[in-house]
Amino acid sequence: MKLILALVFLASGVAFADVSVPQLDIGKGGHCVDDPKFMRLNHGDLLKHQRTITVHQGIRGKYSLAACVDCHASRKNNSVIGTDRNFCQGCHVYAAVKLDCFECHSSRPTTVGMTEGGK
Amino acid sequence: MNSGRRQFIGRGGAMLAGLAIAPGMLLYDLAHGRPASGAVRWGMLIDTSRCESGCDDCVKACNKENGLSGGTGPADVQWIRKLELKDSRTGRGVSLPMMCQHCEEPPCVDVCPTAASFKRADGIVLVDRHLCIGCRYCMMACPYKARSFVHEPVHDQKPDVPRGKGTVESCTLCVQRVDRGETTACAEACAKAGHKAILFGNLNDPGSEISRRIKAVASTQIRADLGLNPGLHYEGL
Repeated sequence: MKLILALVFLASGVAFADVSVPQLDIGKGGHCVDDPKFMRLNHGDLLKHQRTITVHQGIRGKYSLAACVDCHASRKNNSVIGTDRNFCQGCHVYAAVKLDCFECHSSRPTTVGMTEGGK
Repeated sequence: MNSGRRQFIGRGGAMLAGLAIAPGMLLYDLAHGRPASGAVRWGMLIDTSRCESGCDDCVKACNKENGLSGGTGPADVQWIRKLELKDSRTGRGVSLPMMCQHCEEPPCVDVCPTAASFKRADGIVLVDRHLCIGCRYCMMACPYKARSFVHEPVHDQKPDVPRGKGTVESCTLCVQRVDRGETTACAEACAKAGHKAILFGNLNDPGSEISRRIKAVASTQIRADLGLNPGLHYEGL
């Protein structure tokens, strides 16, 4: 009986019961450019390919970082980074993967919160 | 905790194996974009007789468009420098904007050890900041002193214009605008100020305004003796 219960438990996919998964603020959200599961696993590779064709060929395609930020910037701080609930930082802190995109790229959406200058 | 993580990794691997068609999908997307074309060569014709001494609207527009601080100190980033030249014998003064000349044979590209400096198919010379290691060899190679090194951390970048500490950068001919089919910020600002000293266009198209004017009036490339064939032409030097 215990074995059956254990199997049912595993099959139901509740494998994270003992792990506190990040609670993300997904911002505006809505329809992602691709299946969210696929994006969760592959966004790093997709962005890397996209950056090469964008910088070298000028094709601003579907997997653009600016587009991620536009939809997923938190409405609280207008950014995808800043707190451990923000869309990018939340998972990257959880997975202990260094996130250095935003040392150069804007973490704020295109439409609002833009300031002049910087340095 | 440990077993949870192991299952997480195991599951991730299985999903990754099932979805390994990512490169194919990217190729599909590529076919639907428009890559910069080798049939085009972007360039500028700057009429120094129309360029007003003391006016720096082009520099301001560049700073605003690209999120530059506007400082002119040795550690500040400048994409356009406004120069005032004077012939000491005749006293004739000339005012002009100096920036990346977008050479056909760019020395910055020749010397770059990581291939970060490159020329796009349409003639725009850029730095791929993902590859730049900040060695500044290109800055030494450039005869026009057109490039700047970013010494300090950058904040509040423009979403279209990523910039960061430890890399070299210069005029991009407003590549983000050109890709949208617009003209450069400096040319726009100069026209708005009523000077119309900067003409941006396609040097490869014999019917374009820039090609027709270069054919009709005397213009020169700065340091033409170097044989780099810059994309920027100057009138009245």
